[in-house]
Order: sequence, then C-alpha cells, then structure tokens
Amino acid sequence: MSNVSSPNTAVAGAAPIKTSLSDGPRGRRPKRMLSRRNIMLYGILGVAALYYLLPLYVMVVTSLKGMPEIRLGNIFAPPMEITFEPWVKAWAEACTGLNCDGLSRGFWNSVRILIPSVVVSIAVASVSGYALANWRFKGSELFFSILIIGAFIPYQVMIYPIVIVLRNMGIYGTLTGLIVVHTIFGMPILTLLFRNYFASLPEELFKAARIDGAGFWQIYSRIMLPMALPIFVVAMILQVTGIWNDFLFGVVFTRPDTYPMTVQLNNIVNSVQGVKEYNVNMAATLLTGAVPLIVYFVSGRLFVRGIAAGAVKG
Amino acid sequence: MAKSIPSARPNIPSARPNQLFRNLNSKIASIPMIFVALVIFLGGSVWTVVYSFTNSRLLPRLSFVGLDQYERLWASSRWIISIQNLAIYGVLSLIFSMVIGFVLAALMDQKIRFENVFRTIFLYPFALSFIVTGLVWQWLLNPEYGVQHIVRGFGWEGFVFNPLYDADLVIYGILIAGLWQGTGLVMCLMLAGLRGIDEDIWKAARVDGIPMWRTYLFIVIPMMRPVFITTLVIIGSGIVKLYDLVVAQTSGGPGNASEVPAKYVYDYMFQAQNLGQGFAASTMMLLTVAIIIVPWAYLEFGGRKRV
Repeated sequence: MSNVSSPNTAVAGAAPIKTSLSDGPRGRRPKRMLSRRNIMLYGILGVAALYYLLPLYVMVVTSLKGMPEIRLGNIFAPPMEITFEPWVKAWAEACTGLNCDGLSRGFWNSVRILIPSVVVSIAVASVSGYALANWRFKGSELFFSILIIGAFIPYQVMIYPIVIVLRNMGIYGTLTGLIVVHTIFGMPILTLLFRNYFASLPEELFKAARIDGAGFWQIYSRIMLPMALPIFVVAMILQVTGIWNDFLFGVVFTRPDTYPMTVQLNNIVNSVQGVKEYNVNMAATLLTGAVPLIVYFVSGRLFVRGIAAGAVKG
Repeated sequence: MAKSIPSARPNIPSARPNQLFRNLNSKIASIPMIFVALVIFLGGSVWTVVYSFTNSRLLPRLSFVGLDQYERLWASSRWIISIQNLAIYGVLSLIFSMVIGFVLAALMDQKIRFENVFRTIFLYPFALSFIVTGLVWQWLLNPEYGVQHIVRGFGWEGFVFNPLYDADLVIYGILIAGLWQGTGLVMCLMLAGLRGIDEDIWKAARVDGIPMWRTYLFIVIPMMRPVFITTLVIIGSGIVKLYDLVVAQTSGGPGNASEVPAKYVYDYMFQAQNLGQGFAASTMMLLTVAIIIVPWAYLEFGGRKRV
C-alpha cells in the first residue's frame, strides 16, 4: 500500500524542484507488473489460494475416479477415466444402517427442515428487531442483552432443558421441534441484525407513519418490511448456510429416519462396516457441501456482509 | 435510536392507562424474544447448573449430591484429555488464525488485482460445514492414500505424516482442518478493520520514513485493537463449541486421544445415560465461556459508559 498510495498530487506540487537531480527521481515510479514486490505479493497469495483450493480439488477429483484407480494412485492426480458412478451411488444407494437409499433421503429431510426453519426464524426475529428498534418498552433492552449474551453460551448447556420442554410439548423428535430449536438459536444474531438495520432507517419515516395513524403491525408490513429487503436477503443467506450445516441439533432433535443431510453424511462416511469407498464418500461430501457453496458463490458480497454481522454465530 | 414513543396514546384521555398495556403490540411481538432470553437462555443455563449438583442418571432427578459429579469429572482421564485438547487447539488456533488472517488481510490490502477472486477463495471453506471439512481432511490426511503417501512416492520412503492415527498428534490434525475452515473469516474481519484505518495515517508514516512492517506493528495493529478483540471473542466462543469437526474427522479417536469437552457432554447426556456428568461438564464449559466473555463485556460495555 505504502509504495503505490502516494498520488500524483504530490508530484504536481513538487514539479519546480524536480530539476535538482540530487534528490533522485520523484513521484510515482512507472508501474511494472514484475517488480520484486509484486512477485512476492502475488506469490504468497497464490500459494495460499492453492492451499485453500486443494481440498476442494481433491474432493472433486476423487469423486470422479473408480476405486481401482484410487488404490493405485495419487489423490492429486486427475482421473484417467471419469466416472459418475460414485455420484449416483452416493445419491441413491449408499447405506446408513439398514436404509440403502443414499443421501437423497437426507437431502430431502434437510430441505424439509430448512425451508420452514428459515421462514419462521426470520419472521420472528424481524418482528423482534423491529419492536426493539422502534417500539422500546421498559426492559426491552435488558431482554435483548440477555439474548445477545446467550449467543455465547455453549449449546450443550441449554440442550437438555430444551429437550425437556419439547418433550412436554410433545414435539421432541419431530420436524416442528427442530424448527423451534433453529428459531431459538437463530434469534440472537438475527434480532441483532434486524434491530440495527431498523434503527439505521431515518426516524422521520416512522414518525410520519405514526402521525398518519398507522399502528405497530401496519408500520411493520407497509413501511419497514419493503425497505428491509436487503437485510432479509442477508438474514436468509445466514440462516440457509447455518441451518444446512448444522449437525448437533440434527443429531439431538431428530430421529434416524428424519436425520438431516450432515448427520446422514457422517453416518455414511464414518460407518465401520463394509469396504471403504472413498470415491463415494467424497461424492457424498461434495453433495452435502453443494448447497452452501452455491449460496456462497451466488451471493458473493452479501455473504460477506452476513458473516460480518453474523460472525457471532460461528 | 431513541425512537421509543411509549406514551404515544394521546387520544385516550381517560384515567392513566395501565402500565402493562402501554405499547401492547410491541410487547406481544416481543414475547418470543423474551421467552428465548429468559426461559431458554437464562432459565436453561440455571437449570443445567442446578442439576449438575444432582446424581441424575437416565432422567433428571433433584437429589443433591454436592460436588460429587465434579469430583468424578476431574478424576476422569477422558475429561482431562478433553480439556488438554481444547487448550492446545484453542491457544494454537487463536494464534495461528489471528496471524494468518492478519497477514492475508494485509496482503489483500495492497491494492492488488483480483481481490475478489482471492477473497472468494479464502472464504469459501467457511461456507462449508464442519462435517464436510472434517471428512475432506480425514481423506487428505489418510496415511495410505493422502499426503504421506504422495511424499513417499517422491522417493522419501521414511516420511511420516500421519496425524490422525497418532494419539500425540491427532489434535494438530484437527487444528489444520479447523484453520482451513476458519481463517477466511478472520481475514475478512481483519480486512474490514484495515480498510477502516485512515489513509492519512499511512501517508504520515511514509513521510516520517517508517518502514512498512513497523507501521503495521506499531501503528496499525494498536489502532485495530477493537477489531482484534471482537475477533478474539468470536473465535474464542467458537472454539469452546468445537464438536462437529472432531466427530467427523476422528470420532474422538484414536482411543480417546482427540476427545473434546463438547463431545464429552453429548456422549454422557445422550449415550451413556449419565445426565449428572453431562450437566457438570457443560457447566464447566459455561464457566470457560464466562471467563472469556465477562472481561470482554466489561471492557466493551462497562468501559464505554465511563468515557
């Protein structure tokens, strides 16, 4: 930065003295792509990028090889003959326990968990954030502080009480139960996200609506909601990747036939019986990682914004 | 911020409205939040702490046994290993992810080309779950086919790099995977911090002839203190939760060499039917987090009020 950042304005000011050669050349040196600094800079970045890309590459390559080729060779070598059989097998035939219908079951379970969880958690949190930003009442900030501190409490501390609550409600082990759990644990970060966003909107907007006689829900649905579209997208990215990648809640709060994809993937790959089929395992891993990866590559900068706000969740 | 108009009911001239019904809609809308904050987060934590002093086994029972569970916990070699692993993983992953994250961010801040491409590459592992991360690295570190096999293939027959099957090294194998997944996030946070530094600082440092590395070390990093603290808290609270990665990569093995506290809790609660142990262990986790969070919250929020 320091080498290139001095802009030409400095040169213009110093132009008259430029003739005294003893000072050496002034101003910006002509840019050379292959300066030592650039080679170092891009070299380090390139090596780092390779390191980060390597596992993805190995996953793809391994998943396209047949087992004989894997046994012979080099995990980094590209496949000699490409086969999609591992993918088919991972999707439709891989076994967990007695079920041999592959990861597709987990995928659809995850979809069934994901959609309602994302919708409910965002709906609840956006209303809470709106209430906190625009309709504060006595104690609201205190509850909010507890909520934020709660985000740091390890889940293990709260899991068993939740199990008891859900069991008493009769929804332990059901999809509804898991949706409730995802809504609970999405609450702190999403509420924070919406609260800060609504608080950043111009206050006059809210006041004008009040004067015009709009109430709590009217202002929310007619004014705040349409203006909050970008933050809804950020929240969605956050929740889609978070819920899809969840493992712990899936294990604790579902039954084997409704396990989400991550849990099923782990059971397939780490099962002790049978011959290890590394190509099928890698295809299954890629399939599970595909959804968040697609969300990530499509959303780009919004994802970064989401994690910057939502890093608390990590 | 001060948008609250709690007394905004001017068209009801009757006697003082009941305090409880003021701003009623907002209170109704906040019921889920209040429920989560008080019942789940606060209530759940207190419940777990209270029951950690009982001898609950299959079902929670309120028969207090004092500190028995804790004595048993700290006498268990598995718990000691878990704590040691978490300490090693925690300290090293804090140091390495901070250093790597900062260096990458500093490099990215040199007005480079393809910044978006590099950022996308460094950050994509963060989008993947710990399960996927663990399984990929399990495969890469596989002694028969992975890195060890490749290096031996180059002719170095005695090369040993087998962390996942070596009880002394297994936690470092997990660390490699954890760093791969998490440094991108640190890089992003640091980069945001670097971008927040005034350009004039750099100019001033250049005018004074301070070399670049010294500018970073003595000017920029101290200025980025809040970013570092936030990052520290984020990574720190994530480390305590470390669970999925271990389950996927090693299942706690070989033996119990890569056990971690979160896994201990889960196993005792849901598999060994020994709830009391699980509660005691999770209370210890809560304590660990409190040690990290409380000073931070004090600095962050307590300090601000005084200023």
